[in-house]
Amino acid sequence: MSRLPITKTPKPYVGGSFIRSESGRTFPLADATGAFFANIPQCTRKDLRNAIEAAAKAGPGWAKRTAYNRGQILYRLAEMLEARRDEMIGTLVRFGSTKSAAAKEVDATTDRLIYYAGWADKYEQVLGNTNPVASPHFNFTVTEPMGVVGVIAPDAPALLGLVSLIAPIIVSGNTVIALAAEKNPYPSIILGEMLATSDLPGSVVNLLTGFRRELIPTFATHTHLRAISAVAGPADRQALRLGAAESVKRVHFTDLEGAAWFKTEAESVYAIRDFLEFKTTWHPIGA
Amino acid sequence: MLVRSASAALGRLLDEIGPVDCVGVEERVAKYTTRSIKKGSKRWGLQLAVTMIDLTTLEGKDTPGKVASLCRKAIQPHDDQSIPSVAAVCVYPSMARHARKHLGTSTIKVASVATAFPSGQAPLKTRLAEVRAAVADGADEIDMVINRGAFLAGEFARVQDEIAAVVEACGASALKVILEVSELETFDNIRAASFLAMEVIRAGDFIKTSTGKTSLNATLGNNQVMLEAIRDFYLDTNIAIGMKPAGGIRTAKQALHFLVAVKETLGDAWLTNKRYRFGASSLLNDLLRQIEKEKTGAYQAPYYFSEAAESY
Repeated sequence: MSRLPITKTPKPYVGGSFIRSESGRTFPLADATGAFFANIPQCTRKDLRNAIEAAAKAGPGWAKRTAYNRGQILYRLAEMLEARRDEMIGTLVRFGSTKSAAAKEVDATTDRLIYYAGWADKYEQVLGNTNPVASPHFNFTVTEPMGVVGVIAPDAPALLGLVSLIAPIIVSGNTVIALAAEKNPYPSIILGEMLATSDLPGSVVNLLTGFRRELIPTFATHTHLRAISAVAGPADRQALRLGAAESVKRVHFTDLEGAAWFKTEAESVYAIRDFLEFKTTWHPIGA
Repeated sequence: MLVRSASAALGRLLDEIGPVDCVGVEERVAKYTTRSIKKGSKRWGLQLAVTMIDLTTLEGKDTPGKVASLCRKAIQPHDDQSIPSVAAVCVYPSMARHARKHLGTSTIKVASVATAFPSGQAPLKTRLAEVRAAVADGADEIDMVINRGAFLAGEFARVQDEIAAVVEACGASALKVILEVSELETFDNIRAASFLAMEVIRAGDFIKTSTGKTSLNATLGNNQVMLEAIRDFYLDTNIAIGMKPAGGIRTAKQALHFLVAVKETLGDAWLTNKRYRFGASSLLNDLLRQIEKEKTGAYQAPYYFSEAAESY
């Protein structure tokens, strides 16, 4: 006797739980063969707003964790990805990768998480400083996370691109609302399931699925987002810059394409620096 | 033999005023959250809600300085001049004179809780003295708590006599009678207590849900029971009593739901701060935030508005 198929309802990971869009809308997703795969939630600006509220609540607790602990948690996320490596490879293959390219992307993603996990308790030593001043002061600069940061992920590589943008942002204590690849959102659903089991506090990373043209205006203008990290074309870039200007939001674009995402040049402590605020303190000392 | 138990006393009262259909109330209020209020009507509702707020601080750590800043915020809630003032500032009796001083010539009322708020567990003489002291210090409105112990023991006459005594002590000041619904247990009790209060207070006085000091505060359900009591009392006597839900109303969306309940139960005549108030401290900031969102089209961060402590 044949079993009935058990099909999965893909749900994005937002606010520490797996949600449907508040609108109830979905869009059909086909796999690489053109066959119907599943209905993916079409998140709205209200889902984005709710995600930001959740992220802002989780943020202070995440930022207060020790750098060492944040590093441990990023490493744990890499462990989750490694443990479910075959499933993720299968997913990427189903949506158009060759088997070897998929394996390469998953491994590169795991390595990227490990890379930024390593920086967690080291970037401060590199980016912070004690400054020479000509007065009886001990003058030093330390970094602080910015707050809630928006991420607009590239369509390809869907997994590596998303994680490469998220990891350097959260490692310093920021929280993230990411819009997953519009054309290939399913890897972000699987990634959400890994985040949920990785010791990462809920709401620190929120992954939305949906359409860029619907969500980019709200990403740009929502004043609670302190920065945006995006891979975007000229029209989206203009929309993001114009919307962000009103609330003096930092906007950072990544120009990588194709194989460049895999190179070591694609990972750097400067990606962490892009989403930090610097605080300089003048502390009086005896002359 | 004469039955003197509490339940018999309640039974006799409910025979007179009619009981509450719990299931009906819950179903009715569930519908209020489904109304689609957008654009112009939303802006109107948000502005109206601002004018209905009793901006409240009732903490042991209140200082004259904190009350002063609350008063400034009550007068002009945001730098946008088109946003109206709130209805009143609600404080402890010891802070009433400070609030009076800082509100100056504005039309905003000083409301003071009194009668051994929040428990009411003090001798009647002490409670009345507290009311008189608050009125003497400039309180335009007194928020009293009823004697829940007496109510639950079935001593309705005593509850009513105490309220009547407080009415007298208020003089020209308006009175708000706090039923503390979470301690009354059932909708029937809430309706009964509403009628006990309404029978002795004056037109323009209020009945109020809660102190905000217990776990369960104003909900659409108990708000609805009290609104219907006000409606039935008005239809019988032609005396219009006001209503004040308090505690737990933190978001603009909740406030709009409550206003829908008022509109659909009592009608437009109650959509004024003379007859409906919100007892709240954090609601105002969310209202301002949503008004600003409606105006600019951009979602606003909470730290753009005062007294949002978190900066993340």
